[in-house]
Amino acid sequence: MEPKEYRQRVQRLEQPRPVARNALWAFVVGGGICLIGQVVQSGLMAVGYNEETVRAPTAIIMVFLGAAGTALGFYDQLAKIGGMGANLPITGFSNAVVAPAMEFKQEGPIMGTGARIFQVAGPVIAYGLLAAFVVGIVRYALVGATP
Amino acid sequence: MSVQAARDLRRRGHLRLDATIAGAATVVGPFEAQGPLGHLFDRVVQEELCGENSYERAERCLMRKAVELLLDHSGASAAEVDLLVAGDLLDQITTTNFAARDLGMPLLGVYSACATTSESLLLAGLAVTAGSAGSAVAATASHHLSAERQYRYPLELGVQRVPTAQWTATGGAAFLLGSGGDGSARIVAATVGEVQDYGLKDPNNMGAAMAPAAADTILRHLRARGQTSRDYDLILTGDLARAGLPLLGELLAEEREHPGHRLQDAGVLLYAESQDVHAGGSGAVCSALVLGSLVLPRLRRGEMRRALLVATGSLHSPRSYQQGESIPSVAHAVELEAIV
Repeated sequence: MEPKEYRQRVQRLEQPRPVARNALWAFVVGGGICLIGQVVQSGLMAVGYNEETVRAPTAIIMVFLGAAGTALGFYDQLAKIGGMGANLPITGFSNAVVAPAMEFKQEGPIMGTGARIFQVAGPVIAYGLLAAFVVGIVRYALVGATP
Repeated sequence: MSVQAARDLRRRGHLRLDATIAGAATVVGPFEAQGPLGHLFDRVVQEELCGENSYERAERCLMRKAVELLLDHSGASAAEVDLLVAGDLLDQITTTNFAARDLGMPLLGVYSACATTSESLLLAGLAVTAGSAGSAVAATASHHLSAERQYRYPLELGVQRVPTAQWTATGGAAFLLGSGGDGSARIVAATVGEVQDYGLKDPNNMGAAMAPAAADTILRHLRARGQTSRDYDLILTGDLARAGLPLLGELLAEEREHPGHRLQDAGVLLYAESQDVHAGGSGAVCSALVLGSLVLPRLRRGEMRRALLVATGSLHSPRSYQQGESIPSVAHAVELEAIV
């Protein structure tokens, strides 16, 4: 069998990913995390935060929950079921930073945790900054400096 | 090309060997012990860390334990072993090199990823056949969590695995080879694999990447020996798993070899489907565990006459994958015969 023919056969035989089931679970898990976020936000507003000031403390609490779930060995199980539903909310970003931080502790605080803490989240941070920079330039070109 | 040259080409990589497998020892982690072969392993370590403080050290512990157990069973001492041929999956085969530091045997460290089991048996058998080693040990080990650390993602990172992904087995296995005498089986022949690359790039489907290497080696072995697959009670591939095994069947069928139920895969046998390992087991120790716990005892009891071990290895590294390269693979075959 020629390599090309073989590759086509591999693709044909490859067990399809259970897309519908994955999407449903992503909705349930992602929705659940967002529901928790909403409860946290409403709770904070009930104790005096307003629409503007509530954002930062809500994010901080959600990041903490993601980190705690990772440290307790629970978040990877959640993501196994929920996929992108668990990866996309800010708790998933927290997991992406805390997991390598824990992982590379064995290689020491400098070359381990310090050097590799952003191994997974690094691209998000790097290209997030780049995108923000580009959007900033475009905005400046269109409307000029904000007074 | 002369007739003589054509014959030589057909026998390329083929070796006639004469060595006895005098003993075997298998050590597994708790998860492997829950699999269908769980009750057949010699020892189960109760925790993934094997009493160490890192998974890399735990993998060494598994290899060391397997070799020590083997010597214990065989009533031999380390000083009586002329040669240790061993390999593993970690960078610079640190498991092997560091375990050998404690074992005190002349070491040949080898690497062919998950084909290491048959490569080390082949080389140890060659040394015994040549008479340059009176006794030799072939050993290998792998650890699910150290492999995850090296090849995939941090352990606690939330990742969804795909259906074709495989599960690196946690365990260590060692085999004692000698010339003549009592034992569970004889190694009578072997075929050194040729590296194959059909251009597959997905490290989450290693079974498909390795099936062509297994097919090539099996066919070359059968031709060199003048056999068909029907001459075997078992042709055991290393870790093609549920994704790769049917592909191998198709590749063999194209060459009019139909091994049917004789063709089995260690990655499929090692775990139950309910253990959620997706396509099946993998890892350097995967085929060695099935060989030591299932195949050798059957050969010894005469329930099988002849078996072909075809351990398969994906030869990529995380770096080669990140640079967009395809996955080269290799398979080495070792032919085992029951001692009458």
